[in-house]
Amino acid sequence: MSNGIINWFKFSSPQTFYPLAGKMIPWFWALTAIFGVAGLTIGFFVAPTDAQQGEGYRIIFVHVPASWMSMFIYLVMAFWAALGLGFNTRLSGMMASALAPTGALMAFLSLWTGALWGKPMWGTWWVWDARLTSELILFFLYLGFIALQSAIDDARRADKAGAVLALVGVINIPIIYFSVKWWNTLHQGASVSLTKSPSMAQTMLWGMLLMALAFWMYSIAVSLTRVRAIILERERHAGWVEELPELKS
Amino acid sequence: MAETGILSALGAVIRRDLLLAMRRKSDVLTTLFFFVIVVSLFPLGIGPEMGMLRQIAPGVLWVAALLASMLSLPRLFAADHADGTLEQMALSAVPLGVLVTGKIVAHWLVSGLPLALLAPVLGLQFDLPADALGVMVLALLIGTPVLSLIGAVGAGLTLGVRGGGVLVSLLVLPLYVPALIFGAGAVESHISGLGATAHLSLLAAFLALAAFFGPWATTVALRIALE
Repeated sequence: MSNGIINWFKFSSPQTFYPLAGKMIPWFWALTAIFGVAGLTIGFFVAPTDAQQGEGYRIIFVHVPASWMSMFIYLVMAFWAALGLGFNTRLSGMMASALAPTGALMAFLSLWTGALWGKPMWGTWWVWDARLTSELILFFLYLGFIALQSAIDDARRADKAGAVLALVGVINIPIIYFSVKWWNTLHQGASVSLTKSPSMAQTMLWGMLLMALAFWMYSIAVSLTRVRAIILERERHAGWVEELPELKS
Repeated sequence: MAETGILSALGAVIRRDLLLAMRRKSDVLTTLFFFVIVVSLFPLGIGPEMGMLRQIAPGVLWVAALLASMLSLPRLFAADHADGTLEQMALSAVPLGVLVTGKIVAHWLVSGLPLALLAPVLGLQFDLPADALGVMVLALLIGTPVLSLIGAVGAGLTLGVRGGGVLVSLLVLPLYVPALIFGAGAVESHISGLGATAHLSLLAAFLALAAFFGPWATTVALRIALE
């Protein structure tokens, strides 16, 4: 704090961020639980049965939030990557690598639940729809990021190399999306359109939004837990880590 | 540094890499034969029915071109990295981006251009009509530089990394998707009578974007690897 301006850089060092993250994690878990319980209650008990799709549609309460989070986490990851490259901050790289597994998990969940939904609704596990295909490629990009980071032993180099890859990926994602979309319309492979969704009942929308919030809070809680583990691993030789009360006992 | 100095440095890097490639012809030819063999395997796996082959030809040729150009990527910087040339390049007065561009151009001349020139012969195996072969060559001429440019980023990132060869495929192949779609799409839409202009223009736009960002991102990746 200086001159009344908030010092945004105070928590950019692992030493100050580690205890802050520790304090925030229980709150985000609590929010996950609250939003999750509310969203699931609405999803399972309040929301009406869909006229066309029956009970099977209820998978969207997991599917849509997972898809949103998979895309959003990649953007956040690229944001931290850019900060890390630009300001050469250590914590940014740690955040990016802490987010990647959660993003990959969300992309996988989205594909998996999509397949489970597609089988009863479309009669097939998989169609080469633009959204499905670009979600699959997003999943591959996450895997590439994780593979690159784990192949490099030097943590700082792994951070920077991963950052370059994340930024190249983030430029590419819109191009990939549109190319797949146009490719799809040329082939006219999928007769089902995901974009023309029937207008949703208000309660269904609420359930979905609450579940999206729950997924969001979950992602933050898990990423913070993971970043704390990464900090401990990388800073294990630092003096302040040895001073930590939880490690002294 | 005067502009002529930069241009002459660019020319010198291209000449040097081409000379090195000519001294080790087997490296270049291996990639080409890989392309030929992969393409020739498809009819054996799918069956000799001409109608089917004509339909899958653009996709098969393009996927084989992606794999072949990816195969030669680890060599792009590895030798220079091993004998310290790359560090000298990074230290030289000429911007590293210029030298990297030269290396990418040379890589394309050695690995991309021959693929494009060889494609019509392989297209004949798949019974493609002559005008479709022309579109195929044009699409490959626009598309293979994209493969070299994106691939160079992957090669820079995996430089000196454990299992770099396999890793580079994991990083680069998803990013190749737009080139594959527009490249193969150009030939397909030409055959179906829609005209290839739209696809070729999009491919060229992708090339422009890759030419702008590619050398820059590769330079950043190389500097990280050299730290």
